[in-house]
Amino acid sequence: MDSAKLNRRFFLKSGGTAAAVVGSVVIPIHSASAAPAAGAAGATTLPYPLKAVGKAGAMPANQVVNFTYPDASSPCVAIRMGSTVPGGVGPNKDIVAYSSLCTHMGCPVSYEGATKTFKCGCHFSVFDPENSGQMVCGQATENLPMVRLNYDAKTDTVTAVGVDGLIYGRQANIL
Amino acid sequence: MSTTTKDRIALPPADAQKTNMTCHFCIVGCGYHTYKWESGREGGRAPNQNALGVDFRKQVPPLAITMTQAMTNTIKDHSGKSWNIMIVPDKACVVNSGLSSTRGGKMASYMYSEDGVGRERLKQPQVFQGGLWLDTSWEAAMALYAGLTKKILDADGPNGLFYDCFDHGGAGGGFENTWGTGKLMFSALQTPMVRIHNRPAYNSECHATRDMGVGELNNSYEDAQVADVIIATGCNPYETQSNYFLNHWVPNLSGGTVEKKKKWFPGETAAAAKVIIVDPRRTATVSICEQVAGKDNVLHLDILPGSDTALFNTLFTHVVQQGWHSKEFIGKFTKGFDEAVKTNRMSLEDGAKATGIPVAKLVQAAEWAYKPKASGHRPRTFHAYEKGIIWGNDNYVIQSALVSLVLATQNVGRRGTGVCRMGGHQEGYTRPPYPGDKKIYIDQEVIKGKGLMYTLWATNPFQSTVNAQQHRDVIAKRSGIVKEAISKARGASTAQMVDVIYDACKNKGGLFVVGINLYPTTISEHAHMMLPATHPGEMNLTSMNGERRLRLSERFMDPPGSAKPDCLIAAHMANALKALYTSAGNAPMAKRFEGFDWKTEEDAFNDGFRRAGRPGVGPIDSQGGDTGYMATYALLRKAGNNGVQLPIKEVKGDKLIGTEIHYADGKFDTKDGKAEFKPAPWNGLPKDVADQKAKHPFWINNGRANEVWQTAYHDQYNAFVMDRYPLAYLEINPKDAEGLGVKAGDVVEVFNDYGNTYAMAYPTASAKPGHTFMLFGYVKGVAGNVTTAWVDRNVIPYYKGTWGSVKRVGTVEQWKSSVSFKPRSEKV
Repeated sequence: MDSAKLNRRFFLKSGGTAAAVVGSVVIPIHSASAAPAAGAAGATTLPYPLKAVGKAGAMPANQVVNFTYPDASSPCVAIRMGSTVPGGVGPNKDIVAYSSLCTHMGCPVSYEGATKTFKCGCHFSVFDPENSGQMVCGQATENLPMVRLNYDAKTDTVTAVGVDGLIYGRQANIL
Repeated sequence: MSTTTKDRIALPPADAQKTNMTCHFCIVGCGYHTYKWESGREGGRAPNQNALGVDFRKQVPPLAITMTQAMTNTIKDHSGKSWNIMIVPDKACVVNSGLSSTRGGKMASYMYSEDGVGRERLKQPQVFQGGLWLDTSWEAAMALYAGLTKKILDADGPNGLFYDCFDHGGAGGGFENTWGTGKLMFSALQTPMVRIHNRPAYNSECHATRDMGVGELNNSYEDAQVADVIIATGCNPYETQSNYFLNHWVPNLSGGTVEKKKKWFPGETAAAAKVIIVDPRRTATVSICEQVAGKDNVLHLDILPGSDTALFNTLFTHVVQQGWHSKEFIGKFTKGFDEAVKTNRMSLEDGAKATGIPVAKLVQAAEWAYKPKASGHRPRTFHAYEKGIIWGNDNYVIQSALVSLVLATQNVGRRGTGVCRMGGHQEGYTRPPYPGDKKIYIDQEVIKGKGLMYTLWATNPFQSTVNAQQHRDVIAKRSGIVKEAISKARGASTAQMVDVIYDACKNKGGLFVVGINLYPTTISEHAHMMLPATHPGEMNLTSMNGERRLRLSERFMDPPGSAKPDCLIAAHMANALKALYTSAGNAPMAKRFEGFDWKTEEDAFNDGFRRAGRPGVGPIDSQGGDTGYMATYALLRKAGNNGVQLPIKEVKGDKLIGTEIHYADGKFDTKDGKAEFKPAPWNGLPKDVADQKAKHPFWINNGRANEVWQTAYHDQYNAFVMDRYPLAYLEINPKDAEGLGVKAGDVVEVFNDYGNTYAMAYPTASAKPGHTFMLFGYVKGVAGNVTTAWVDRNVIPYYKGTWGSVKRVGTVEQWKSSVSFKPRSEKV
């Protein structure tokens, strides 16, 4: 997993303020087996499960692989973009995955292969899976949450290990 | 727990404080609620454990809520105590029904916290000396400001005092603050040397329609739900009035309001609305309308730049020839029709030639909008317009042509109709009359070396005016003269410093520049004093939206440092001047600065908005009219986010009763009550603009993007926006880009005879060959550098009309992987 790129994205998303914790009150931090070291800038602190998404070699380029993560009520999609992209994993660093609920109001985004974008039919936000889920245009205030993936070259397996960004309709990504 | 962690959020506990907040930003004024609670606590996930009443123990279904990290923050009050805040849209607000925009949805992030987006806020008054910005006290800053002002006033008169000041509502405006600043500038200082935040003179954006007796905000948002046809000219509401479009236009375009139409208008043919979009550019609004209404119900009239007048005159002529005009209405309630038929005549063929729109399409537009419906009734057609024609090739003439067409077809004063500007900021105007008898092109006065002191009040002409490069260069030079004089004033007292600055301005061509703002902004690069102001939430503030809906945004937090509401800054200035004149024994002048003994912003509201039109009170130009006095803060708090639509008709119990549409009685805002047609022969491009067109290959259209509010005064510190647009983008046709050797993300220079600027190339098929579109007013890459200095008869500029050349100058490699160049507005 290319954590450097993911962390960079986290850093950018937090407005350049590396310290994610602003308030003075400390809450219990759940240690997560798959999460990066707790305490790092922008580090995820929730107990994310590990979940196999599929074999990289079995993922056709520019087509979605549907799965749920971190639980059955959170639809996600993985896509092998076909060329290396920021945050991509796999042999060509081109596999990325996102929550498929629009961060604005939770409508399911649909993938348009021709433009390689996610589009929300409710309020017309557009997100770019080739740029870390960046909102291209729209009403959301957050980019599309990116599922953190790990790739095991030995087994060619892509595994979801966390989510970068709050999934719509949740107080926390782990229910 | 901070609310800024990225995969969880702190919920407001059930007992969190809840106050009303109208969005700070665009004209629509969506209703939001602010929740505030001690930062050591969190609400639980059960619906009775959080103030939102939502069950977060399971996945919340789509459309049930809008709640993101951007809607949260952790703030501190002046005592050092920490609070969490959450600002979320109000489902019960009739404006937005729970929708948030990408701008308003970030309000909580923009509220001040030491290390958040607002970290660079101005906290104390500052003066520039010794190459540094030095914090100072209000007393010291006011001693210098008032001392220099008095010296200029006494020696040179009010014409030496220049102001560039907001006239709007929302953040950086509001009825309290327009009154405070207006009373200072117009009745105390009595200077006519004032321009408005977005244009180089003190003038209206809507002179023609007002002269015709038709105020520019004459219907309700609900009228867009029941119109048969919407004609949108020079506006892009998905991106710039987002929730007006999504909550009121879209339901009509999708057929969701047909039953409502049948109920409101019994016997009339009722169907999903058709929409006609007049814009040379294929905007996001065009493609979204096609998705919602189906292509067959959307007509995109992609006219040649600057040909709006020709379009309206052609439609007007065709309508009259077909007999679709409303003879009875014209005869009874208007004047000047016969003359306009002659002066505004334009055949379909001539219209097609001028606009570039085929005759068949012009006829189709006329049939949709003006031909009687199957039921025999006149269609209810709502005409919406904004900067595409306000900043068009001749504001006065275009509006005259448009409103003449509207009057001929009786599309004002009936439900489902209206001829309205869509708006930029919210509105909030209450001021004494402007103390001048002509419109003065202030930018040109500055360029000519006039004026001694320039106060830029919640504005940024460096980023947003026309001919911006020359204007900025002159200010930089004149400001530098003063900076040098200050740096050489050895051991000067305040009184001595006033003399030093005055000498530099009066005798050496200098200009003393004061910025009053939330942030230092690019103004601070050439200013000598910065004064910290507040925005809604840090002060109570009233504004009205594009359907004249007045709301009170409630204060819920302390401002950073000693920042103050603009009205109280104005009062501080006036009181300092009054004290100087009193101690100098000049009673008549001291008297001019009386009446600023306000303790709070509510005092300013009561002094201006609520005194307008009252017996014994001098003239006050107020959007509240003569009945503004009925609106008290207490009643507005009760009215909540639905407020009241101005003008107020009456108070029933504790409820304010307002006005939904204007002119339903056929009485217009002219002396005799008759609406007046205006001659508007098409006059083509002004020479200054035509000259640039002849020399340079690209039309440099410019305007707003959804994600960026105004000059990016907040957004320049927000990675969500700056990662997306590190530099103003320039949409350009892919083939044009290829011809220039330009790839997506390359930095291009845009230049013409007026100046040059830089932009990030964004090739897109939505840009026609020879057309570009540049993000306007941005913090990096100022589109205004290449707009001409041309203005119309009322000193209204033609921001949208300039031509330039484009040249690749380099690239920033990182942008190619960090910025998306996917289509923003092409067909989905």
